Amino acid sequence: MSEWWTYRLTSFLLFSPSTYYRMFERYNLAIWPAQLAGVSIGLAIVALLIGKRGHHERIVAGLLAACWMWIALAFHYQRYAQINWAATWFALAFACEALLLVVVGVLAGRLHLQLARSGVHWIATSIVAMSILGYPLLAPITGRPWTTAEIFGVAADPTAIASVAVLALVRGRIRWPLLVVPVIWCAIAAATLWAMDAPEAWVLLAAGLLALWPAVAGTRHDATDAER
Amino acid sequence: MRSDEPVMWNRRRALRMLAAAGACATLRPATAPAQQRAILTRPIPSTGEALPVVGLGSWITFNVGDDAVARDACTDVMRKFVESGGRMIDSSPMYASSQDVIGYGLHKAALTGRIFSADKVWTSSGAQGREQIERSRQKWQVGRFDLVQVHNLLNWQEHLPTLFAMKGAGQVRYVGITTSEGRRHRDMEQLMRSQAIDFVQVTYNPVDREVEQRILPLARDRGIAVIVNRPFRQGALLRALARQTLPAWAAEIDCTSWAQFVLKFIVSHPAVTCAIPATTSVAHVRENMNSAYGRLPDEALRQRMIAAVERA
Repeated sequence: MSEWWTYRLTSFLLFSPSTYYRMFERYNLAIWPAQLAGVSIGLAIVALLIGKRGHHERIVAGLLAACWMWIALAFHYQRYAQINWAATWFALAFACEALLLVVVGVLAGRLHLQLARSGVHWIATSIVAMSILGYPLLAPITGRPWTTAEIFGVAADPTAIASVAVLALVRGRIRWPLLVVPVIWCAIAAATLWAMDAPEAWVLLAAGLLALWPAVAGTRHDATDAER
Repeated sequence: MRSDEPVMWNRRRALRMLAAAGACATLRPATAPAQQRAILTRPIPSTGEALPVVGLGSWITFNVGDDAVARDACTDVMRKFVESGGRMIDSSPMYASSQDVIGYGLHKAALTGRIFSADKVWTSSGAQGREQIERSRQKWQVGRFDLVQVHNLLNWQEHLPTLFAMKGAGQVRYVGITTSEGRRHRDMEQLMRSQAIDFVQVTYNPVDREVEQRILPLARDRGIAVIVNRPFRQGALLRALARQTLPAWAAEIDCTSWAQFVLKFIVSHPAVTCAIPATTSVAHVRENMNSAYGRLPDEALRQRMIAAVERA
């Protein structure tokens, strides 16, 4: 792309805000009651993070993988790609994330989360809970109808935030490849919303950065463990 | 334009300038009373074919996917556009579902034979150019495109020979190149001098006037038609102007809104063939199309228009 410095974020916006939110409205109507399954999966992840039952880490990875694969196919590939040709690539990236979660978290069982009752653990769990219960409220708060709400498990943004929060708790370097797609998605989604002048951009950016913080704190924790 | 200086001056001036450019100078009918409702046209210099001075863009506005309600709304916009005398509709494979939506609307409202279809080739692969143009044609549901342009000059080295070959074979009627927001003007100038193109597409409005320096005079000299994109800076210009009252003297050129004010400024430049505002609103397309009727400003009034916009 020549003279790339002359492009603004709005230069890459292919659709209007009304088309974007109308897409969510039609998507929500088409997939109902899949949203209930999404919320149930989210609440189950929160319960597993708090309760720490046996094999809970494999189950968390499997549940997240299911959400990422659903969004890859039902949202990006079937819906979003109609108004954004880049969404075909988003679908591929989301499907790769789902496969990575299955391979690393379910099959290999390497999704070892930091211990419960630590500060970062509670922050991460709170962010997951907020992305499930709080993120849909952004629709009415910003003056949009409830039908345009973005729900964990079936919509990309709240699922990515919650995934960053969970995966930032993973111990060891394996967390970084797992975090690549969710973090990049948070950046892309925030940029899209910012280009549309949508205040949700700041919510997404702040939540994404806060969710990533345990990963940085965890790096120090890993280093301390290694020195011992 | 002052009321004691009628539009004849403007017409004479436009005719003189277009004649000097070797074009069929037919800014018609600049002197006709608005109530006659004869749309203003400009000739395409390479053939003399007359085009209404206001067209219809599709960037963002027509990208609504398979939403039937939104598609029907876009169809209503196209229907009103054609009913108002408009002809040129412009799109690109870059605009996601816009081409499908145009095809849907043209078919549903039976407008296919009444429009001037302008599309683009937008791929870095020269080998895929023809294939992409054919896919676009199928989406539009037209027999052939009137105009195909190289989008943002992307790989013009391979696409222009393809387009010239298609023109030679009667598969397209005109060939063009596009840029937007002031990018790659030097490359565009070079191609305007060296290639037998029929159209260029650039950004021009009372704020973005860089093309007045070189591109527009060169287009007149070389007999190249000019399409103007982003006349309202994606709506930002009209939002800024909305804070100000439309000057009373805008009535001298039959303007009742800022949108008409901006469009009349653009199409009154003698090198401009057609401006292509985009909208999803029937009311707005009606308002835009009213700019293609009635009187146009002379040079003195154009300067006054620039000052009014810059104050806003």
